[in-house]
Amino acid sequence: MTSLAWERRRGSATRFWKAYRSHRAGLYGLAGLALIALLALTAPWTVGADVQSVTNAPGTALESPSAEFPLGTDQFGRSLLGLLIWGSRISLLVGLLAAVLSVAIGTLVGVLAGHYGGWLSTVVMRITDWFLVMPALVLAIVLATVMSRSVWTVVLAIGITCWPTTARLVRAQTIAVESRPYIERATALGGGHGHVMARHVLPNVMPLVLAQTTLGISAAILTEATLAFLGLGDPTVTSWGGMLQDAREAGAVSSGHWWYLAPPGIAIALVALAFTLCGRAVESVLNPRLGVGR
Amino acid sequence: MTTASTPAGVARAEEARATDGAPRTGVASGYLRHAAGKLGGALVSLFAVLVTSFFLFRIIPGDPVKAMTHGAPTSAEQLATLRRQFGLDLPLWQQFTDYCAKALTGDLGTSFQFRAPVGDLIAAKLPATLLLTGVAVVLYSALGLWLGTRSAWRHGGLGDRVNTGLALTLWSVPSFWLGLLLIIVFSVGMGPIPGLFPTGGMESGTGETGFAYVLDVAHHLVLPVVTLVAVGYAQTLLVMRSSLLDEMGGDYLTTARAKGLKDDDVRRRHAVPNALLPTVTMVFINLGHVAAGSILVETVFSWPGLGGLFYQALSVPDLPLVQGLFVVFAGAMILANLLADLLYPLLDPRVGR
Repeated sequence: MTSLAWERRRGSATRFWKAYRSHRAGLYGLAGLALIALLALTAPWTVGADVQSVTNAPGTALESPSAEFPLGTDQFGRSLLGLLIWGSRISLLVGLLAAVLSVAIGTLVGVLAGHYGGWLSTVVMRITDWFLVMPALVLAIVLATVMSRSVWTVVLAIGITCWPTTARLVRAQTIAVESRPYIERATALGGGHGHVMARHVLPNVMPLVLAQTTLGISAAILTEATLAFLGLGDPTVTSWGGMLQDAREAGAVSSGHWWYLAPPGIAIALVALAFTLCGRAVESVLNPRLGVGR
Repeated sequence: MTTASTPAGVARAEEARATDGAPRTGVASGYLRHAAGKLGGALVSLFAVLVTSFFLFRIIPGDPVKAMTHGAPTSAEQLATLRRQFGLDLPLWQQFTDYCAKALTGDLGTSFQFRAPVGDLIAAKLPATLLLTGVAVVLYSALGLWLGTRSAWRHGGLGDRVNTGLALTLWSVPSFWLGLLLIIVFSVGMGPIPGLFPTGGMESGTGETGFAYVLDVAHHLVLPVVTLVAVGYAQTLLVMRSSLLDEMGGDYLTTARAKGLKDDDVRRRHAVPNALLPTVTMVFINLGHVAAGSILVETVFSWPGLGGLFYQALSVPDLPLVQGLFVVFAGAMILANLLADLLYPLLDPRVGR
């Protein structure tokens, strides 16, 4: 029984990959992500945590790009290339965690609202609607302002402002799944609420959730950079948004030090783009009617 | 930075389209009932915003009065006076009812930082934000509609791929970063490019009047608007493209072609009007997001609008001002959503009756 289920799952994963492979943009996105993940994961050996140290900075302040510092140095004399690679860890971590958090909340709310229906659904969807009309960025900024400065605050601020879209989509999908006959069969055989939601609804909304997570990560990375740029991030860790804030404070704009300013922004854009491309490819594999990849 | 808005906008537009089969009752009364329902919903949302803004700022760890004095040596007596002055010595529920009653009359409290009514501060900065976001919304909607239509009509071609790719790339760019780069290249000047545009602000302050003043403001407006348009037009483009692609398989287009209409006429008179519906809704929903999204752009270009004010308030933090601006930004979103909800049935007779 279980082996049969696994075989079918493997089969559908293979079909998914075959369809995904035909989206060239999605493959570029995936390749880009693999490269960036490799850089971020190997950072402790390639650049090391010392790169953040202000006291033992190897260079002098605001050097132009040279052989020793390919991207120049910041106002403390630290290597910008090293900071850029090290900063990828926080940006990716916050992006991933925040997206996973928001999608988890959205999935939970959506499945519960879709499964139980009735007044619970009305109340929950009313709250969701209300979150949906809130300007997410402003709410995240306000939350980050009123809580203490840390990476977790940023994760939390992004996570609890971005879930409503997922909740709506998951609820719609849950209702669609539950109208199928096999759910009736499961209930007739004595399956309770928990069984139906966990074993039948959840596996069917998972693909949608996956697509939402991928798209959510790029939004979360951009929001993280924004919060850090506004000075609401953790000042003790290096992130790409924080580097941009440092650059602005060091007067890189008025003195025209574009080499300080350009790389972190390009890095943010590339990562966000890579996740968006993957997310859109996944979305169009799951729902060819969207016409994304046509 | 309006990234987070797109899925929401799309979801709503999709949802609105999904209600095609709704039964028709009396046309005018149906619309009125629809409008009244939406209006009621908007009022409830507005009240919820007030509740949130009140309690969100009361859960802050630490004493707001202490934050106000910046740690300067103050006697307990002075603190008590300040507390009384800002009404912080009353019980929480009384503070809340006071807050709601005042907010209804447009009184949003007194700024710690400027020692002036928050409502006045916001009213003074509102025109600049309306100008900036208004121009940006018109331009990026037009650009997105035009490019989206072209992309969909020749989908899969080189033009489509370049268009969509460029839009997605620009969409992934942080708006504040693009703004800073534009300042370096076009204001500070880089290499052979001289400083073409001013680095910030809304006017040179050299006392121009009449037409010269308008030109001066327009000159200052160029870079912030370019930033907002570049980062924002992707959403309009993508929604227009996908909704036009949906329409393109329609039998009525084959009929139109069979009648002998030119390709341009089929597109302009038959396909585009139908595909426009979800896009228009999204443009309206996004109006509110743009106001919030201008926070970054206004900060970078020192534009004297609400976004810049928000940034100033954050750095203190000047809580009554942050709170007031939060209410205004959320109110703008609610208003934009209400407009979209009211407009949609008028544009698409299949919905909401």
